[in-house]
Amino acid sequence: MIMDAAAAKAAASFSCVVFLLLATTAGGQEALRPYTVVGDAIPAPLTGSDPERGRAIVTARQNTCLLCHSGPFPEQRFQGNLSPDLKGTGARWSEGQLRLRLVDASRLNAETIMPSYYKVDGLTRVGTAWRGKPILSAEQIEDVVAYLTTLRDQ
Amino acid sequence: MTVGLKRLAPLAVLLAFAAIAAHAEIPLNERRAGTADLAPETKAMQDDDSANPGMLVVLDGEALWKAKAGAANQACADCHTDARASMKGVAARHPAFDARLGRPVNIEQRINMCRVERQQATPFAYESKELLALSAFVGNQSRGEPIAPPADERLTPFRNAGRDDYFRRQGQLNLSCAQCHDDNWGKRLAGSLIPQAHPTGYPLYRLEWQAVGSLQRRLRNCLVGMRAEAYDYGAPEYVALELYLMWRARGLTVEIPAVRP
Repeated sequence: MIMDAAAAKAAASFSCVVFLLLATTAGGQEALRPYTVVGDAIPAPLTGSDPERGRAIVTARQNTCLLCHSGPFPEQRFQGNLSPDLKGTGARWSEGQLRLRLVDASRLNAETIMPSYYKVDGLTRVGTAWRGKPILSAEQIEDVVAYLTTLRDQ
Repeated sequence: MTVGLKRLAPLAVLLAFAAIAAHAEIPLNERRAGTADLAPETKAMQDDDSANPGMLVVLDGEALWKAKAGAANQACADCHTDARASMKGVAARHPAFDARLGRPVNIEQRINMCRVERQQATPFAYESKELLALSAFVGNQSRGEPIAPPADERLTPFRNAGRDDYFRRQGQLNLSCAQCHDDNWGKRLAGSLIPQAHPTGYPLYRLEWQAVGSLQRRLRNCLVGMRAEAYDYGAPEYVALELYLMWRARGLTVEIPAVRP
């Protein structure tokens, strides 16, 4: 079957629209989700969560956690020791406290070496590949929080 | 009056150094070059000229030193004669202030200035095999000498700019050089020992690179690691940072070409 010119044009513009939608999502350029800080915590989740995905996020090199932290990850050969061991994190902090420490630890200690994982403003000379994007998405933050709360053994 | 000011100049330099020293994070007697923490086999590689891959690049540099080049058909050796004498200590004193440019230049830039002005040849590209070879050869003539930043007050604003950059948090990870290299040296960033970042051996052979590279290449790696915007090679920001790092490493021993993991 031969498509006429108008149908072909319509198909082409449709696939273009789909591509743009995908690009917008994949590019991570969506606006940050609002959140409320209560005391030293963000009690309400930003999105749904999955602790197993959270573990995978924490141990993946590109997410930078294990550059500074070590934790109960026997399969991970290279783990940092600049920052507290993640073992027992869930016993030390509430879910909301963990959320704020991931989202923007600088609110609690301006001098901390811990990056703000869900923040795009107030940064200097961010490389073009990362500009305007948080280190982790809201979904990733929630997955990591859900995983860290399971780390109760000290 | 002019004489009076000239007499005061060394004092001004001292005061400027003292101002920086007040903020220095690592006490002078606690500084250690990366060599102190090398694995024994890497240290052995650095110490043995027949095993140090950087020495092959130094030999390439010696050949270039003796080769005539450019419209002037001049070799470096034609003016500077024996590098063992004429280049001894030169790398230990760079970056140094260039009065005509009105800013500091590093050893690579100094070599290229000679190449353009004296040899009337095209300058070598940054990180080119040739520029690395000549700077490694020139640098090697200072091996064993103490790092000796010039007491030149014209350098002070540039050194201060480099220092500001060193302490400035930047990039998506919002880190400063100081947070790792002053506050956390000796600890492990994933598998890698964090050094104090004293540039005693550049250009050096890095096992990770499988090649010899410049200090600016290393600075670039760190900036990308912070997810910050890297500068173009030769940028004044890099030279200012080199100037501060060399001041911070003053008195430590030059070990060009070093070997690092």
